[in-house]
Amino acid sequence: MSEECLNHAETARTIGRGNGPFITGNTERTHDIDRLRSGHKVLAEYTFERKPVKRGYAGRILYVNLTDLEIREIPLTSDVKEKFTGGKGFGLKMTWDLMGPDTRWNDPENILALNSGPLNGTTQYSGMGKCLSTTVSPSTNIICDSNAGGYFAPYLKFSGFDSLILQGKAREDILVFIDGTAGKVTIETAPYEETNSHLLSEQLTYMYAAEDSESARQKVAVVSAGKGSENSYWGILNISFYDPRRRVTRMKQHGRGGLGTVFRDKKLKALVARIEGFNGMTNDPQDIDRITETGIKHNREIRDLDMHENNMRTVGTGNLVEIMDAYDLLPTENYRFGSFPKASRIYSTRFYKRFTQGIPDGCWYGCNIACSKAVDGFVLRTGPYKGERVTVDGPEYETIGGGANMSVWDVDWILEFNFYCDTYGLDTISTATAIAFYMEMYEYGILNKERCDGLELCFGNAEAVLEFLHRIASGDRSEFIQVASKGVRRMKDHLIAKGWGDPDLIENCGMEVKGLEYSEYVCKESLAQQGGYALASKGPQHDEAWLIFMDMVNNQIPTFKDKAEALHYFPIWRTWFAIVGLCKLPWNDIVPADNASTDEPAKIPEHVRNYAEIMSGILGREITPQDLMDQSERVYNWQRAMNVWMGKGRRKDDIPPYRSMGPVTEMEYLSRKDRYDNQLKELVGISPEELSSMSVADRIRVLREHRYEEYNKLVDAVYYRRGWTPNGVPSPKKMRELGFSDEKEMLEMLQKAIDDDDAAGLNVWGGSYGEGDEIPCDDPRYWE
Amino acid sequence: MTITVNRRPVEHVEGETVGDLLKRMKYSFPLVVVKIDGRVIAKSAFSSTPIEDGSSVDVIHLTSGG
Ligand code: SF4
Repeated sequence: MSEECLNHAETARTIGRGNGPFITGNTERTHDIDRLRSGHKVLAEYTFERKPVKRGYAGRILYVNLTDLEIREIPLTSDVKEKFTGGKGFGLKMTWDLMGPDTRWNDPENILALNSGPLNGTTQYSGMGKCLSTTVSPSTNIICDSNAGGYFAPYLKFSGFDSLILQGKAREDILVFIDGTAGKVTIETAPYEETNSHLLSEQLTYMYAAEDSESARQKVAVVSAGKGSENSYWGILNISFYDPRRRVTRMKQHGRGGLGTVFRDKKLKALVARIEGFNGMTNDPQDIDRITETGIKHNREIRDLDMHENNMRTVGTGNLVEIMDAYDLLPTENYRFGSFPKASRIYSTRFYKRFTQGIPDGCWYGCNIACSKAVDGFVLRTGPYKGERVTVDGPEYETIGGGANMSVWDVDWILEFNFYCDTYGLDTISTATAIAFYMEMYEYGILNKERCDGLELCFGNAEAVLEFLHRIASGDRSEFIQVASKGVRRMKDHLIAKGWGDPDLIENCGMEVKGLEYSEYVCKESLAQQGGYALASKGPQHDEAWLIFMDMVNNQIPTFKDKAEALHYFPIWRTWFAIVGLCKLPWNDIVPADNASTDEPAKIPEHVRNYAEIMSGILGREITPQDLMDQSERVYNWQRAMNVWMGKGRRKDDIPPYRSMGPVTEMEYLSRKDRYDNQLKELVGISPEELSSMSVADRIRVLREHRYEEYNKLVDAVYYRRGWTPNGVPSPKKMRELGFSDEKEMLEMLQKAIDDDDAAGLNVWGGSYGEGDEIPCDDPRYWE
Repeated sequence: MTITVNRRPVEHVEGETVGDLLKRMKYSFPLVVVKIDGRVIAKSAFSSTPIEDGSSVDVIHLTSGG
């Protein structure tokens, strides 16, 4: 922190606070809490019996209908617990029960579910406070799930509820307050509070703290979105955690899929949870010693090894920037390239200097990885808060990678972009990926200044990007902002409908699948990761599978069968974190010293055993690593089945744009000419003589045919391995094996989808198999 | 004069150590497991372990990413 910033922080800390006007640790902005509170009218109130958590479960779901102002409890049955475990499993199940398949994101019937999970709220092991949320996404119109840290999910559970189900739409801006101490839920109008998150979460933290003390503020968690969420499809939910050392309400983000857009469409301004008197036993573990011992062992690893491994405690996930750049995986200029000469300007060493060090930075109690880095006393240069000092949470790798993708190589600018995306409630990933696409279209003249309503959106134009954000947040109605703020898919449709460019070029360059923008990794040289992205249930986010090293560098999964096995195991394993309420980073961003000598180091077997230990210790019955996989596989298949139900769970929905698979343009091909020429010779079998007579355009075409053929074979192998039909539908046989024999409606829906595909001739392999090629299975009706 | 690195042929360099090879291959990721002919090499021995001609070297980068 600079001397000036330190002085400021010092000044701010000395200023008294109260439930009247107060000055924040950063902004010197005064909030009149009494005036804000005077606008609150209680529209509905519900009192509930306070009950302790039993072996990781509260045993109840809280249902709130914002149209009817109905608040009620739904008991959690043992059948639902057994089959869906928790977290997003509960969100999916409740959505299936309470909503129809044609529900779109802005229908009142759409459900926004915020969920904890049976391990959530544990403090003896790192990373156990994640909130897992689900809704119908505006980008994809299927279920999107997203996870975030902060205190809301544990507080919801300790208040007495495993999940919060929000349905309907309010008529005016409201908030839902869950008072876990008093046993009361209220729906209140909230007309005067700010909408943007950094201010709103601060105002509500002070307003709802039981008293004027740092410890009371720590017991309040706020969920909010922002003006950007209102006016785009990239809305996020910010989940707060009060940081008493900085005296700042900090936030973690539910980034993907537009959850904040749904939140604001429901006229939700905020959710607030408050709970007193919780501790390391509140999750009611059956065997605390077992959990504590496992946690101590893991904490020792973090203490001794993190500085030699990923350095998460000092730079967070930003450590990946230099790695990705070195391996040609850092997206630059809309994924055209994977490295860039200026990239060192945004390496983690540059951010390290800005992050306030030496402060525990966990986003839930007990997390020793503590990767939630923050820059304090940052002075904003643009926008409505120009000149104010703020704390910037992050930036995480994806946000920095987004800067690279737009070709902006400036630490200060990335911090400002990060801050405004967060407070406006915009997903840094979708925003950056979409803008990078618009910039490429600008370069080709498909977009121009006039078509962008005065914005010069060329690569590297940092100021134009910030202006774009401010215009979204201000509710700008110009045609460009209206279309552009809805993301890559809508922009593709717009450009093609206007006849402004070659439709193939537009389709190939825009990085989305199912309507969701890609996250920030170049996967052109990893077939497995192309599948990892395009086959992911919610759309191309890397949280299901990150296989680039295993595939491209380690060469550990050379065959289609190997890749399919990885695309079976890792998505299922990674889904497990989302059903129990955990962060994945303590699993794979720190590894035990002897991990190298294990049979399958990529799975980090000791950490998998740790999780089985902890789950056994909490539930009070023996759970094996295989049990964890079984729990997760059920939910994974249920989500895919819901995609089928909502009309987006077939092979046609799993096809990536070519930019994610190989070079679209001649410039891209020529930038890695030796690599691609060699592949044409070695993989496609083109002789050097033939190659020398081929134009670059021909080389691109032949390589592209080869790669799509490979992709189709990969998809065949993956669908087969997962027990899905060749058109991607989970078979009723598979669902019964997973334990869903009684879910008749689901089984019938899937059977009908398969029958329809049969009638349309779609239950056939996608790849072309010649003599000697290994097809995934000889039985043409293997799924029956 | 070749070795294999992750089952791909790579030219052998006389006197090269594991540490040198990682630099040459631009393998800068910190979480790697190195095996020579199936034998795990401790990280502390990277700079002192030479790679013989014909060796089969595995440099396993452990899965990372968000
Ligand atoms: S590892 Fe980082 S993101 Fe995960 S729980 Fe800990 S602080 Fe939060």
